[in-house]
Amino acid sequence: MSKYLLIESRDSFESRDSEKFLDLVGRIAANGDQVILFLIQNAVLILRKGSMFSSKLRELMHGKVEVHVDEFSLRERSIQEWERPDFIVVSNMDQLIEILMEPGTKTIWHS
Amino acid sequence: MSTKTLTLAIMDAPYESANSTTAFRIIHAALKRGHQVTVFAYEGAVNLAIKAQQPHANPVKGTTVEEEQHPATKVWVAALFRLAEQNGVQLNWINCGLCVDERGTGDWIAGPRRGGPKDFIEASLSSDVTLVIATR
Repeated sequence: MSKYLLIESRDSFESRDSEKFLDLVGRIAANGDQVILFLIQNAVLILRKGSMFSSKLRELMHGKVEVHVDEFSLRERSIQEWERPDFIVVSNMDQLIEILMEPGTKTIWHS
Repeated sequence: MSTKTLTLAIMDAPYESANSTTAFRIIHAALKRGHQVTVFAYEGAVNLAIKAQQPHANPVKGTTVEEEQHPATKVWVAALFRLAEQNGVQLNWINCGLCVDERGTGDWIAGPRRGGPKDFIEASLSSDVTLVIATR
């Protein structure tokens, strides 16, 4: 089993690329690999409850994808705790570095 | 926590993308945690440490230079070098010479050095982790 850290920085509302990246995340997890999806910058905009991506995120969570979200990006965009799903892991750069530096982790940044 | 080496390739020009801010945050976090970091800056990112950068006032808001506190990216690059020194770890900042020549931007603050794609490959091969933050 491989471990993947997949970082999405772009807003799925803005680009079909980012939406397709979320599909890719799901397919990698479906292979049985360990997957962390890390949302940062405008990628956090899809987290608001009721967004058209809510079911996609929930589907990823059920597919055993850990959804981590950059706390600074949330604050910049004023996405409050009550507005976002409760299954996300609110994270930061220290935690990103820790995951990134774990031996065997394959990391992709999607710009 | 053991010291590891991170190589980070960045290419966004200053002030144009949140990627640059995030890259600085990543470098800062890695250095703070005692890791060695090599930055390979190419394309627009070779402009991040230009010595001639100047903050400015904002006549629309009516702020002075001091009030506006406009961050110049060279200040952040310098701060990262100071952090590395304080923590006893190494920050290698390599500006791609090809990209520097194309843009005529060879006058940097102290710290970064000129290099090329070969340096990126060598850094990557000798690092524990390589992360590429691509531009659009």
